[in-house]
Amino acid sequence: MNRLPSTSPEPGARPGPEARLNREDLARLVAADIKSGSYVNLGIGQPTLVSNYLRPEQAVTLHTENGMLGMGPEAHGADIDEDLINAGKVPVTELPGASYFHHADSFAMMRGGHLDVCVLGAFQVSATGDLANWHTGAPDAIPAVGGAMDLATGAKDVYVMMNLFAKDGTAKLVPTCTYPLTGVGCVTRIYTPEAVFLLTEDGIRVRETFGITLAGLQGRVKVELLPPLALRKVARTAN
Amino acid sequence: MPIIASTVAEAVAGIRDNSTVMIGGFGNAGQPMELIDALLGGGATGLTVVNNNAGQGDAGLALLIKERRVAKIICSFPRQSDSWHFDAAYRAGEIELELVPQGTLAERIRAAGAGIGGFFTPTGYGTLLSEGKETRVIDGRGHVYETPIHADYALIKAHTADRAGNLIYRKTARNFGPIMATAASITIVQVSNIVATGDLDPEVIVTPCIYVNTIVRVPAPTPTLAEYEVNQ
Repeated sequence: MNRLPSTSPEPGARPGPEARLNREDLARLVAADIKSGSYVNLGIGQPTLVSNYLRPEQAVTLHTENGMLGMGPEAHGADIDEDLINAGKVPVTELPGASYFHHADSFAMMRGGHLDVCVLGAFQVSATGDLANWHTGAPDAIPAVGGAMDLATGAKDVYVMMNLFAKDGTAKLVPTCTYPLTGVGCVTRIYTPEAVFLLTEDGIRVRETFGITLAGLQGRVKVELLPPLALRKVARTAN
Repeated sequence: MPIIASTVAEAVAGIRDNSTVMIGGFGNAGQPMELIDALLGGGATGLTVVNNNAGQGDAGLALLIKERRVAKIICSFPRQSDSWHFDAAYRAGEIELELVPQGTLAERIRAAGAGIGGFFTPTGYGTLLSEGKETRVIDGRGHVYETPIHADYALIKAHTADRAGNLIYRKTARNFGPIMATAASITIVQVSNIVATGDLDPEVIVTPCIYVNTIVRVPAPTPTLAEYEVNQ
């Protein structure tokens, strides 16, 4: 058993260490780890799921790159307003206390280090926290970067949510990224169905594992993994 | 005082071949669709377009690209599920792409409007998008030098203008509008409403009239009966 004592406020809310996490449980875990009162940007795709599990008492304020703080849930039916969309161009709602601003202000907010956390997807993360998530580098690929580089560079903490293993079984946590980089040394945590990794000054520390032993994990990942710290408090602040 | 054009065609009539044109909008929010249609109808070609995306579906900027009227696009996110006209033009080598991180795109536009000769940003340092650019380490962190983007024209959409040209926007449709208005020699704005000068609260004006050259009113589309019923 490599899993630490639960850090979730609802220990029964996610499965035990015997199973890898599904997408919903992974989103629930990320949501539970976001500190109360944080300003947070959730990337397009899997990270968007995190918003479903943020609890009102966490008082998290969501930022969307297209110029809004205080973004609410996805809009449906009569609440759909074509002037109110998120970064994925999905209609959303506004919460009390919301504000709107232009694009240069929105990205100054990111670049200036005012966002506490952003959660992004990834193709690969390197042992030193380099992120690759915008371009496969394939000769026929049409590159599109959007706000990924700005988010990766600007947020105080960059959490990556990804599958640990690609479809061919190779690990996406790698010694050095082979895909073109989004940002250098920017990732602070990686959430995967098999484990949570903390990128620390000492190296990559496993915080907890799901459905796999630490030895089993090390056998499939070509970067050196540090074991979980014994004490929850230390583990929680190691990052 | 701005020109208040009576039609969108009149508003864009001055746009010549080979102009650099900024087009506001993020997705469909804030996209000045009727002004783009008028640009399409007007025939100007060889355009350099600055927009966050490279057109969606079969409307607006996507049609300008389909008709091969855009020689170059400066954007952050050209590839989308419905960007088929851009994809085809790009794969055929018939459009030049300058890919810019979104925040750097916004700041380059802002810099042009603010008279700044460029800036050093950490965004993109150590990536493909900084290759060949000047770099500098500032406070221990790598930065990339980025230049301003000026335009001949900006086509933007706002919610309400007064007759002096002051603008307010609506929700996330604001996006690139305020900065593009500052960065172009001629700023052309489509609005849903035009009110008398003095009817907008000076405290809430987002784009002051000094940046606005032409206004044209394009009423918001009347909801169809089906949409109306959904909204009841």
